[in-house]
Amino acid sequence: MNHLPSGKWMADTLKDNRWDVAIIGAGPTGLAAATELKKAGIKRVIVLDREFEPGGIPRHCGHPPFGIKEFSRVMTGPSYARRLVGSAENAGVNLAMKTTVTSLGAQGTLSIVSPEGLGEVKAKRVLLATGARETPRSVRMISGDRGLGICNTGTLQSMIYLNNLIPFHRPVVVGTEIVSFSALLTCKKAGIQPVAMLEEESRATVRWPIYHAVYIFGVPLFLGTRIINILGDKRVRAVRVSDKNGDKREIVCDGVVFTGQFTPDSSLVRMSHLDLDQKTERPLVDQYGRCSDPSYYAAGNLLNQPVEVAGKCWSKGCLTAQQIVKDLNEELLST
Amino acid sequence: MNAAHYNENSRPHDDRISTASLLAEGDIAIIGGGVVGCAVARRMTLEGASVVLIEKAADILDGASKGNSAILHTGFDAPVGTLEWECVQKGYEEYLEIRKSLNLPLLKSGALVAAWTEEEEERFTDIIKKGHENGVKDLLLLSRSEVLDLEPNLSENIRAAIAVPGEYVIDPWSAPLAYLLQALENGGQAFFNAGVRGGDFDGAYWLLNTPRGKVKARYVINCAGLYGDILDRDVLGATEFNIKPRKGQFVVFDKAAHKLVRSIILPVPTERTKGIVLFPTIFGNLMVGPTAEEQEARGDSSVAKEILSELHAQAVQKLPALTDIPVTATYAGIRPATERKEYRIIEDSARNWITLGGIRSTGLTAALGIARHVHSLLSNQDVEFKAIENPIVPHVPNLAEHLPRDYETPGYGEIICHCEMVTRREIHSALTAKVPAASLAGLKRRTRATMGRCQGFYCSARLAELTRGKFDEPLAVGEVDG
Ligand SMILES: Cc1cc2nc3c(=O)[nH]c(=O)nc-3n(C[C@H](O)[C@H](O)[C@H](O)COP(=O)(O)OP(=O)(O)OC[C@H]3O[C@@H](n4cnc5c(N)ncnc54)[C@H](O)[C@@H]3O)c2cc1C
Ligand SMILES: Cc1cc2nc3c(=O)[nH]c(=O)nc-3n(C[C@H](O)[C@H](O)[C@H](O)COP(=O)(O)OP(=O)(O)OC[C@H]3O[C@@H](n4cnc5c(N)ncnc54)[C@H](O)[C@@H]3O)c2cc1C
Repeated sequence: MNHLPSGKWMADTLKDNRWDVAIIGAGPTGLAAATELKKAGIKRVIVLDREFEPGGIPRHCGHPPFGIKEFSRVMTGPSYARRLVGSAENAGVNLAMKTTVTSLGAQGTLSIVSPEGLGEVKAKRVLLATGARETPRSVRMISGDRGLGICNTGTLQSMIYLNNLIPFHRPVVVGTEIVSFSALLTCKKAGIQPVAMLEEESRATVRWPIYHAVYIFGVPLFLGTRIINILGDKRVRAVRVSDKNGDKREIVCDGVVFTGQFTPDSSLVRMSHLDLDQKTERPLVDQYGRCSDPSYYAAGNLLNQPVEVAGKCWSKGCLTAQQIVKDLNEELLST
Repeated sequence: MNAAHYNENSRPHDDRISTASLLAEGDIAIIGGGVVGCAVARRMTLEGASVVLIEKAADILDGASKGNSAILHTGFDAPVGTLEWECVQKGYEEYLEIRKSLNLPLLKSGALVAAWTEEEEERFTDIIKKGHENGVKDLLLLSRSEVLDLEPNLSENIRAAIAVPGEYVIDPWSAPLAYLLQALENGGQAFFNAGVRGGDFDGAYWLLNTPRGKVKARYVINCAGLYGDILDRDVLGATEFNIKPRKGQFVVFDKAAHKLVRSIILPVPTERTKGIVLFPTIFGNLMVGPTAEEQEARGDSSVAKEILSELHAQAVQKLPALTDIPVTATYAGIRPATERKEYRIIEDSARNWITLGGIRSTGLTAALGIARHVHSLLSNQDVEFKAIENPIVPHVPNLAEHLPRDYETPGYGEIICHCEMVTRREIHSALTAKVPAASLAGLKRRTRATMGRCQGFYCSARLAELTRGKFDEPLAVGEVDG
């Protein structure tokens, strides 16, 4: 994978900074919205993303199924991401990569930083599409040592699909959500053999794929079982678990993958003037996806509860774009 | 005695030593690269000694100094008239004096000793009296409403507080790094993966055994922190104290909490511990901790869910708005406590050995003062060096949130850690610096990478790639075939 930025994605377009719509996040949501806006005739649309290449999470989901709804094809995450980027570029969307939005100001004024320096982007409307990530070990307050080998699915995927690196050989996988299934697939691809899959509840969160996967991959699934301690000061060497009867035992492993328990990437909102639902950590929006400052909108996995697959985020991006078009044309009813 | 003089004197002994096994020699060997060892290395180098620091880990700060509260203490509550108090005061003053030139940050937070019960409030007179005896004259008694004016987000249950305006927050890792760097820039040497296992003293020189070879020196300073007693036993044959490791766990809150409180909120201290503190960090977070838990293991800095939850609950009780703030990280540090409260600074002048033991809970502040104390102990033994004129003053990179960060200067390449805004340029310098990061933990301490809200979700893969081949314990253990 080539990490060098492509010239056309760099921030030179930012200099002239009056935009109709600025979108934060070049994942499926942001790219879908941007493409839709251009198709609807909105002239000046820019997508800002802090990564070196666009595409969001699918860039490192090296497995199918992506794109069924959008492109009527079964694709892997990376090719799906490339396809989304291609559509956006063809539609005339401006992409500014390596551009981090550092704060949200009143009336669509964004502070940004890129390798060229600090700056400001002003737009009539802003769409927040910063997505969601998994909850790290610290927030789960899991006891034990803090050695190497503890990560989320996202990190595991990036290491394997973007960098061809293996973080461990025999991890324990925690959780039974859809993304946990991704974790198993990713391990399989890299020749990693998980030694166990653990679920605190008495049954798997998503049953069909998990039971199926466990069967295919030969990974023992332990229900009603949770980690009570991670052992290994420098690197994980075992976990202590407690099963449904309260019996405790050790599982030898060299890593722990904490999957799922998604949390929206809403820190920009939290630090801003926009209202945040403190319970769900999502921005508060009206029926159009509009935030407490009406120049801001939010969509995609930043908003979805529970999180959705890429296709659903893509649709939401398109829908929200249509609302923004109406808004810019002063056709949106006020709430 | 200067370096040249020393070299002549040392010649006869060289015959005895197999040169192949000699790793280094100097006037003074410092065992341990915690904050104390780094400060002593700096001081003695500046005083003109040739210094060799030997550390058993791959990097500095592998013991007590890796996880502390980072408060620069005034010493208002230190035991009156003790050596600890003196070192804290001197360390505090020197830090303020040298910090700008070394580019070390200071968060002028001030502290409030908060009373939540009547009994706690009753102890205020004693605390103020002790503060005054300790030379901290600017303590101020604040009524409930005055406290709430100053810190409106504190719980209504607050009764009163003593303001200690001079308690500040610093960067716990850049400070020792700067001290050691200054030693090295001015001729000192440092060796890692070189734990001292034994040694011999022939009446004039020490030969210390390390897995990397022998280190020859006239004087030895034991700065082995959590292992200080073991080192004395292994090399001197006996120890006057026993380390009683005392763990302190912490919970770090999201940066959104930083604006909720400006001061360090101290509890009314007890005899045993400074208690649970709520305090801002130099990196723009808010933290609660540390606990004080006796344990056997010196290297066990594991965290425990129940304790973390308890800390979290205590923090929320004092600052109710924290209910809505996510947790960012949890960790623990271990104090090198002993069976006694005071520092265990022990001189074996017959054997040219000084032990700096039991630097328990004030070492970050006191280190520079302790280093001066070491110099004066040596001077009292008529060990004279000629202080360096115009020493080189290195700059360490700034990591403080309230000061300009690297990403604010163009040309940084790329932001690697998005939560803490760490650039590729910063990662690169940390990996290639004079004292390079030798582990992920060391890289964190030098850059803040992976310390933020996502705890490495977005950047670990990129870090694994950038640090390939650099660490003994690599982030990646292999490559994907094909
Ligand atoms: C580990 C993992 C595995 C997944 N696997 C699958 C799967 O197999 N199939 C599936 O359909 N879905 C999967 N998902 C769900 C995934 O969230 C969606 O597929 C989809 O990527 C969500 O799209 P989005 O555009 O809302 O957010 P994202 O794809 O997360 O995109 C958000 C973008 O915002 C950018 N950004 C964030 N903050 C800033 C800022 N301050 N400044 C600039 N840019 C910023 C990010 O760099 C990122 O590119 C997975 C999610 C995770 C976390
Ligand atoms: C929870 C907590 C909170 C604290 N809060 C504060 C605070 O707010 N303010 C403050 O001023 N202080 C604070 N402290 C105290 C401070 O952190 C300690 O006093 C200080 O770190 C002690 O440093 P040291 O150099 O003596 O020991 P260490 O940091 O333990 O250093 C000893 C070094 O010696 C090395 N070593 C050991 N044996 C050998 C050997 N045989 N050969 C070679 N190397 C060896 C070790 O690897 C280690 O790197 C706190 C401490 C803790 C744990």
